[in-house]
Amino acid sequence: MSTQDKIIAILAEQALLAPSDVGLDNSLEDLGIDSMSLVESIFAIEEAFDITVPFNANDPKQSDFDISTVGSIIAAVDALKAEQA
Amino acid sequence: MTRRVVITGAGTINPLGHSVDQTMQAMKDGQCGIGPLDIRDVDRLSIQIGGQVKNYDEQAHFNRQQIALYDRFTQFTLLAAREALSQSGLTFNGALADNAGVILGTSGGGLNTQDENYRVVYEEGKNRVHPFIVPKLMNSAAVSQVSMEWNLRGPSFTVATACASSNHAMGQAFNMVRSGMATVMVTGGSESMLCFGGIKAWEGLRVMSKDACRPFSATRNGMVQGEGAGIFVFEDYEHAKARGAQILCEVAGFAMSSDASDIVMPSKQGAARAIAGALRDAKLDRDEVGYINAHGTGTAANDKTECAAVADVFGAHADKLMISSTKSMHGHLIGGTGAVELLACIMALRDGVIAPTIGYEEPDPECALDVVPNVARDAVVDVALSNAFAFGGLNAVIALRKV
Repeated sequence: MSTQDKIIAILAEQALLAPSDVGLDNSLEDLGIDSMSLVESIFAIEEAFDITVPFNANDPKQSDFDISTVGSIIAAVDALKAEQA
Repeated sequence: MTRRVVITGAGTINPLGHSVDQTMQAMKDGQCGIGPLDIRDVDRLSIQIGGQVKNYDEQAHFNRQQIALYDRFTQFTLLAAREALSQSGLTFNGALADNAGVILGTSGGGLNTQDENYRVVYEEGKNRVHPFIVPKLMNSAAVSQVSMEWNLRGPSFTVATACASSNHAMGQAFNMVRSGMATVMVTGGSESMLCFGGIKAWEGLRVMSKDACRPFSATRNGMVQGEGAGIFVFEDYEHAKARGAQILCEVAGFAMSSDASDIVMPSKQGAARAIAGALRDAKLDRDEVGYINAHGTGTAANDKTECAAVADVFGAHADKLMISSTKSMHGHLIGGTGAVELLACIMALRDGVIAPTIGYEEPDPECALDVVPNVARDAVVDVALSNAFAFGGLNAVIALRKV
């Protein structure tokens, strides 16, 4: 499974959606992912890719991890994989 | 029967000191008790700071048999209780022993004992643990050990409501003395979860700061854990007066509420109902409150919600009262936090010194109250409140009054 497919699968599971209903341009809000689901998603991503994601729930937007859309999360994970390989 | 309730003894051990005097001096000086954690496997933690009790040697206070039975949270409890009971001057025999009990708050109980012994069986693969692990780790161990050391034979139990445990415990003790169910109650709380597993669990929530606890500051980035205990002697006022006891202050009222909404996000309405309830219970006018010891965890969510609740309850008076979070200095003692923070309220009432919120860097428009930034302040205060708002929406607020 590609990085993109894995991340979409993680987010789809949190959002209780089919992976085909998760688009790259969707925001987490679009998908109905709240703050607790987000923290669970970050954990699942860290476990799936064996990376550490810089993320502080006190201010998600200020973290060095762009969570504005599904696509931005995929790009950020790709960058972290390269950085932490 | 309704009786007045006063505090006739206080004791503590926490990151700011090993006694009430040391702790209050540190609060007056705005000292920070938070620093690098010195625990096993700290290199595998992403959060490596905490408010640890420093220069602590258990063998200086307890013998080998006691250490086999006393988890660190129980040790802290007993040391704080020794100071509090010694100050009160009380001894417990006959009818007084039967009418005196212990109600303490803790969240993790003997978490260090659990952590160490899971290591032994899972990591080290051993098939045997020490015979006294259960009586050492149980959440009620500290209550039982206090009751045994001072012969307290009345109502005794442990309260666990996460970060509000101590306030709920003290509220219960207050109501027992007020209602006549007990003459004296030893109360407060203790926590010691600064071990690998204890911090690892908190890391998961992503609400911990990696550098400092800065409540109400726009730059705040999360909470910092601490450890320690605060213990108080709550006594029937007439009983205390008759024996000429030194009275630190009066416990005037208490209220609790449940948000009934979310397991981690706080609610303004739930907090406001507990604050307003404590004022009502104490028959106080809101304008009489001079100081609030805030829950003030330093998380984005708590601090703005708490300030909004205070603004709602106090109206225009919210801008006149002082509200500070001493967690900036000692960290969040979880189930023991309300007990240590009650010391800041006693200091305000008795000594006229308001403990500061240290680490304050930049105003946050959502926390636009007088948070006593960075430096302690002299002020005459007649009534003080202590807030505690726990995960799961369990709120408990105590009102204290100068005697």
